[in-house]
Amino acid sequence: MEDCLAKKMEITVSEAEKRTGRNAMNIQETYTAYLIETRAVESQSEGHCAPVESLWRRYSEFELLRNYLSVTYPHIVVPPLPEKRADFVWHKLSADNMDPDFVERRRIGLENFLLRVASHPVLCQDKIFYAFLMQEGGWKEMVNETGFQLKADSRLKALNATFRVKNPDKRFTELKHYSDELQSVISHLLRVRARVADRLYGVYKVHGNYGRVFSEWSAIEKEMGDGLQSAGHHMDVYAASIDDILEEEEHYADQLKEYLFYAEALRAVCRKHELMQYDLEMAAQDLTSKKQQCEELATGTVRTFSLKGMTSKLFGQESPEQREAKIKVLEEQIQEGEEQLKSKNLEGRDFVKSAWADIERFKEQKNHDLKEALISYAVMQISMCKKGIQVWTNAKECFSKM
Amino acid sequence: DTSLTEVNSFSPSVPISPSSMINQYKFEDGPELRDLFITVDDPESHITAIETFITYRVVTKTTRGEFDSSEYEVRRRYQDFLWLKSKLEEAHPTLIIPPLPEKFIMKGMVERFSDEFIETRRKALHKFLNRIADHPTLTFNEDFKIFLTAQAWELSSHKKQGPGLLSRMGQTVRAVASSVRGAVKNRPEMFTEMSNYMETFSQKINLLDKIAHRIYKEERDYFNEMKEFGPIHTLWSASEEDIADSLKGLASCIDRCCRATEKQMAGLSEHLLPILHEYVLYSEILMGVLKRRDQIQGELDSKVDALANKKTEKDLFSEEIGKLEDKVERANNALKADWDRWKQNMQWDMRSTFMNVAENNLRYYEECLATWESFLASQAVDLHVDEDSEDRP
Repeated sequence: MEDCLAKKMEITVSEAEKRTGRNAMNIQETYTAYLIETRAVESQSEGHCAPVESLWRRYSEFELLRNYLSVTYPHIVVPPLPEKRADFVWHKLSADNMDPDFVERRRIGLENFLLRVASHPVLCQDKIFYAFLMQEGGWKEMVNETGFQLKADSRLKALNATFRVKNPDKRFTELKHYSDELQSVISHLLRVRARVADRLYGVYKVHGNYGRVFSEWSAIEKEMGDGLQSAGHHMDVYAASIDDILEEEEHYADQLKEYLFYAEALRAVCRKHELMQYDLEMAAQDLTSKKQQCEELATGTVRTFSLKGMTSKLFGQESPEQREAKIKVLEEQIQEGEEQLKSKNLEGRDFVKSAWADIERFKEQKNHDLKEALISYAVMQISMCKKGIQVWTNAKECFSKM
Repeated sequence: DTSLTEVNSFSPSVPISPSSMINQYKFEDGPELRDLFITVDDPESHITAIETFITYRVVTKTTRGEFDSSEYEVRRRYQDFLWLKSKLEEAHPTLIIPPLPEKFIMKGMVERFSDEFIETRRKALHKFLNRIADHPTLTFNEDFKIFLTAQAWELSSHKKQGPGLLSRMGQTVRAVASSVRGAVKNRPEMFTEMSNYMETFSQKINLLDKIAHRIYKEERDYFNEMKEFGPIHTLWSASEEDIADSLKGLASCIDRCCRATEKQMAGLSEHLLPILHEYVLYSEILMGVLKRRDQIQGELDSKVDALANKKTEKDLFSEEIGKLEDKVERANNALKADWDRWKQNMQWDMRSTFMNVAENNLRYYEECLATWESFLASQAVDLHVDEDSEDRP
């Protein structure tokens, strides 16, 4: 952790701005640009602060960065971006991407993403990432020049395609199962939370009606008037307090959402491993069949049914020269195949080792962050209760004067 | 009730002692002065060939000399309460007779014989009789005494006596006819003020009734969602190791807050909702009382107007006019006194009811606060344990 970028540099996404421009199809579009500010962290001995550097990026550039990182570091659980579209919102919040509250929460999410990458022991050292923070012009070209899109396995895009792996790694199977469960439970939780927020909003806001009616009623009362009027005021305060309360609660939702998306990243690592294992098994299978073919040709026995065998029976045997040539080709292929298999095995073992290291790191981070999220939820509830106690204590006193 | 074919008891009857009743009800004239204790309980349904109805047990305990015994137990049905109310209105047209629960519930899907409906009605009937018992004049009404003490057949035969329905209707028709003109222009200032007050009060109390019901509904919806929220955290804890305890702890906090919400809602439906509803009915009653006073005045005024043109017969009718003038004066005085009394009670009821609401809410928030604070404390303990045992990166 000592070497990571986050320790050497302050990174913030400090502003968001609406922009209009022309896109690739020369159609005018509106989008939001985010200001990334960075500043080197000076050691105590130096007197002055380093200058702040800044540049603007839009969401699609963040996406490009993340795709690049996912492909380039397949064994890493790459931090997720904040959601593209507002999901799990309770009805008072806008689901509009241009809504200022949504933009603000996204700004925070993007900053969080950058900090996560900058604190990652491996990812923070990536030059493309550094350039993303520091180099405004030509960054897109730089990314594309890495040719990472070619490395991206299109098979991974088919999310639900299953690869029949004969010897799955039990740990990865369990991990994939866990990531599915995590995704499912957090989605459910977020949905219900949104409904709870909706209902709570309703309870508080209706109390505002008390305020209005008490005030009107107080006009016709002599002795009760003052008590009613001031109690009404407290009811208005109570009704208004829910806005801040629910805004704070959004942060809890956002913290959970991050891990909802992290579950996807975790799953992606498992999928990549699955794919690797599949390729390995396919390669081994291919090698075995080639060896078999070679043996058959050499000994002249046909152990398994093959079209070649049939055609040779129907159209006559091959000449010894033809057979020799075939055997030679096969032997070359077999050698190649064995080398490939060896390197694939090595690749696989390296992947498992480094993936598992990152997964352990991720697990610790997840446990720490989620526990903190639960604590902050409790803190919010406490604050809500204290506000409620204050309002109703005041109201009670007003009522007693009626 | 002679043709009982089926008896169905809805709730066990709980003997209520006078001392516990003192704790339950506000005595408008102070507990020491009370000498009549009434309870309404034990609803039973009766199914006959013609109809189905519910009777309630009315228990009276008294030290008054006018009563032959010190304890009475009778069964009464809603019809009987209606009869009592109309007799009281007849005898005291300008007194504020307490409200009876409505015949039917228009809004909502409450069935006529659902437990909830019967319980709400029982409580309201209980309140009705006790308000009469506390009223300085009504408490000594003869029909009231008969209602409390007569056996079923005695009450039936008593009901059949007295002016019939037709003659009562006749009175009303005449009264209405005479009240249309004149009553408003001769109305004393005080009663115009009362009328204006009641118009606004009625509006406001109806709004408060609606608001309170709305809040109850919103709270119920909130409660239903919260019930689902806690268990999800428990479900989650099943896939976790390190944070399983924290998740389970959170789930149990949410569940406890859920139960606190239930208690708070029960408090609303126990106290606030019935009182607001009672005063909605009261506002109608009061407007009716003011009208009746106007009618009585109207009788006098129309007689006076009629005589203004007949100078010769003045002497003949002066006695009649004198009687009407007395009637008006008695009516006005009765209403004024009862109005003052009603206002005081209303103030007391509103103050204590809303204070109760505030206390209810305070209890709710205090319980939730304690729950979350103890959760936080448990997590802090865990954090310290974790910090000591892990190696700092």
